[in-house]
Amino acid sequence: MNSAKPMRRRPWAAGIVVFLGLILSGGGYAAATNVVISEVGSPEQVEEGRKLFLANCASCHGTNGEGAIGGPSLIGVGAASVDFQVGTGRMPGQGSGPQLYKKPVQFTEEQISAMAAYVASLAPGPAIPDEEYLRGDGDPTHGGELFRINCAMCHNAVGAGGALTEGKFAPALGGVTPKHTYEAMVTGPQNMPVFNDSNLTPEDKKDIITYLMYIEENDSVGGFELGSIGPVAEGLFTWIFGLGFIIAITVWLGAKSN
Amino acid sequence: MTNTTEKKSGFVGNTANYLDERLSVAGVLKGFGRKVFPDHWSFMLGEVALYSFVILVLSGTFLTFFYQPSMAEVHYDGSYAPLKGAQMSIAYASSLDISFDIRGGLIMRQVHHWAALLFVAAAGLHMLRVFFTGAFRKPRELNWVVGFLLFVMGMAAGFTGYSLPDDLLSGNGLRIIDGMIKGIPLIGPAISSGFFGGEFPGTEVVARLYSLHIMIVPALIIVLIGVHLMMVIIHKHTHYSGPGRTDDNVVGYPLAPVYVAKAGGFFFLVFGVIAAISATFTINPIWNYGPYDPSPVSAGTQPDWYIGWLDGALRLAPSGWDISVFGFVIPMGVMVPLVVSLVFLALVAAYPFIENWVTKDKREHHVLDRPRNNPTRTAIGAAGVTFYGVLWAGASTDLIATNFQMSLNQVLVAMQILLIIGPVIAYWVTKRACLSLQRKDREMVLHGRETGRIVRLPHGEFIEVHEPVDEYELWKLVDYKNYEPILARPDENGKITIGNRLRSAVSRIYFEDRIAPVSKAEYELAHADHAPAAVSEKPKKKQKSIKA
Repeated sequence: MNSAKPMRRRPWAAGIVVFLGLILSGGGYAAATNVVISEVGSPEQVEEGRKLFLANCASCHGTNGEGAIGGPSLIGVGAASVDFQVGTGRMPGQGSGPQLYKKPVQFTEEQISAMAAYVASLAPGPAIPDEEYLRGDGDPTHGGELFRINCAMCHNAVGAGGALTEGKFAPALGGVTPKHTYEAMVTGPQNMPVFNDSNLTPEDKKDIITYLMYIEENDSVGGFELGSIGPVAEGLFTWIFGLGFIIAITVWLGAKSN
Repeated sequence: MTNTTEKKSGFVGNTANYLDERLSVAGVLKGFGRKVFPDHWSFMLGEVALYSFVILVLSGTFLTFFYQPSMAEVHYDGSYAPLKGAQMSIAYASSLDISFDIRGGLIMRQVHHWAALLFVAAAGLHMLRVFFTGAFRKPRELNWVVGFLLFVMGMAAGFTGYSLPDDLLSGNGLRIIDGMIKGIPLIGPAISSGFFGGEFPGTEVVARLYSLHIMIVPALIIVLIGVHLMMVIIHKHTHYSGPGRTDDNVVGYPLAPVYVAKAGGFFFLVFGVIAAISATFTINPIWNYGPYDPSPVSAGTQPDWYIGWLDGALRLAPSGWDISVFGFVIPMGVMVPLVVSLVFLALVAAYPFIENWVTKDKREHHVLDRPRNNPTRTAIGAAGVTFYGVLWAGASTDLIATNFQMSLNQVLVAMQILLIIGPVIAYWVTKRACLSLQRKDREMVLHGRETGRIVRLPHGEFIEVHEPVDEYELWKLVDYKNYEPILARPDENGKITIGNRLRSAVSRIYFEDRIAPVSKAEYELAHADHAPAAVSEKPKKKQKSIKA
C-alpha cells in the first residue's frame, strides 16, 4: 500500500514544493530586480565619503549606515539614492514631518560623489545612471503614455505635483534634472514607489525623461499656463480677473455723467 | 421719420421709409425704443451672460466645422510631437488638430472655453443680484424660475462640452458621472448602459453628447433666453429707490438711442475681454492630458468651476454610510451628495414662492430692496452662498493641501465641519450685520451725518454739527417695507391650520427682529426738536444744488 503511494502524496512533498517555489520566485525576483550594481569608487574616495558620512549622516543613519532611530538603514540603497537625496538638498534632513522638502544643496559635487561611493561600498544598490539615458533623445510619445499611466496620478499630467494622504505630497517636477528624475524612479525616495528596471526598463525611463524635458522646454502654445493645475485655476481666474474686469467695466458704464 | 422734413432724406431715411411702408416697423420700434431702463452697474450682469452666450454660439459654430464626434480609433499624425503616433479617438485627434493645425483654431477653442466659464459665472452673479435685491418678488417669480433653468442649462451645456475632446480629463469626468448614475438604486445601471450604449465608455457617448451640446441644450437656452427677455419687457425693469421712484413706474433712459448704443458698445467690451484673456492664458490644454484611457487618473482632475460644487459634494460625503436593503447596497457616498444637491437646487428655484408664502404679500414690487433692509433674506442668501462655496472649495481639497502644505485628510475634515457650521455662522453674522446697518441708517436719517465740526454756541455750549442727508440719500435710507410677523389666526371654520401655524413660526424667524424705517412723523419730530438755525441752513442749499 505504502509503496504504491505516489511520491507527490508523501508528507514531505508539499514542503519541498513550497521550498522550490520560494527559491524560484524569490531568486527570479532578485534576478529581475538586479539593477546596475554600483561601481565601487577608489579607496580614497570611499574613505573621504566615510568621513563625511560620520560627520553629517551617522547621527540618524548609524555609524555604519545600519540605520538608527531617526533614519533608515542605508545598506543597499546604492549610490543613486545618495546622489538624489543629497543632490536635491533633501538630505541632510531638517526637522521631521510627513515629508522632507527640497532645499539648497549642502555639499559640493565631489563630496556628494564621495558619500555616494561610501554608501555604495556598503552593499550593492542602484548606481548613478549613465549619461545615455539622460539626454532626452528617446520617444516622447511612449514616454508621455508611460508618464500618464505610472506617474500622473500623483505628479499631475504635466508634473505640476499633487497631494497624497496626511500631508505627504508628490512634488512638482519642473526644474528637476534628468539625472535626479532617473534616480528617483530607481530608488523610490520618501513616499514614491520604486520603478525598477523590470517594471520600467532603462529605455522606458529615458522616454519618460524625454517627455518631461519636452514639456519643460516648450512653453504652452495657449499662453500662460496658470500653474498647469487644471480647471480650478481656470475657474478662479474667471471669477477674479475675468468677471472682476467686467464688473469694473459695468461700474464705468453705469457711472452717472456729471 | 425723416420724410416729414423739407430736406431731402438721405439713404438711411429712404431705406427706413421703404421698410416702414412694407413692414410697419416704425410702430414696433417706437414701442421698444421708448422702453425705459434704469441705470445701474448691477443691472448689466445678466447682459454679460447674454453676450457671453452670443460669443459661445459664434466660436462654437467655428469649432463644429472641424470637430468630429467619433470614437473610432486612429493614430495621431498632427504636429504635436509628444503624441505623434499615439492611438486615440478621432474626437481627440480632431480636437488636437483644432489646437495645432487649423489656423485660428486654438484661439477659437480658448475663446469658446473662457466664454463658457464667464457665461455661467455672470449668470450666477446675476442670480445673486436678483436674489439679494428681492427682484424675484411679484410679478417676477416665474422669471426667476426661467433664469434658474437657464443656469442649470448653462451647467449642462458646459458639462457636455467638457466631455467632447475625449482627453483624459474629460473621460475621468464622464467616469464620475457614470459612477453616480450607476449608484442610483434599481434604475441606475440601466440608465448608464442606455446613455453609454453598453458598458462605459463604449463607442457612442461622444456623438450623443455632441448632439446634446450643439443642438438640444443650446436650443433650450435660446428659447429660455427669449422667454426671459420677453418677461423683462412685460414686467419692465426694476429700479433702486430714489425720489420719484415707485412700484408704479420705471425711472431711467429709453432703450433707443441710449441703451442701444450702450449695450452695443458693452457687447464689444465683453468680447474684447474674452478675446484678450483667450489670447494670453491657456485653458484646458488637452494635449497635456493625453487620449482617454480608463486606467490612468491624473492628479488635479477637477471639473470646470460650475460643476465643482457637485464634485465637492462627492468628496465631502463621509464613507461608511452605505445601507443594505434586501441584499441591495444603497451607496450613500453617491446618494447623499445627489439628494443634497437636488434639494439645494429645488430650494433655490422655489425661494420666491417660499418668501411669498411667508409674507402673504400680494402687491407688485418694482422698487428693489437694499440687502440690509431684508435681513433674513440676506442672511439666508449668505448661508446659501457659504454652503455652495464650501462645496465648491471641497472640489479642490487636494490642491489646497499641496499648495498650502497641509494634510489632505485634515483639509477634508475641516471642509466637512465647515459645510455644516459655516452656513449657520454666515446666517447669524449677516443678519446681525444687516440689523446694525439698518440702525445706522435710522441714526443717519434722524440726526444726519457726523461732520466732525465742533461749534461753540454764543452761550458757551459746544455742539457737533450733523449734516442732514440729501434727498437722494434719504430715499435710499427710508424707502422700504417693514414686514411684521404674521400671527396664526383661526380661519373661517374657527380652526388654526397647521399651515398657518407653520407660516406664523417662519414669519417670526423672518421678522421678529426688525428695524422699522423712519416714519415721516419721526423725521419731522427729530428735525424740529433740536435743529439750531445754523444747521438747518444746510439742507436747503443741498436741495438747490440738486435741482440745478
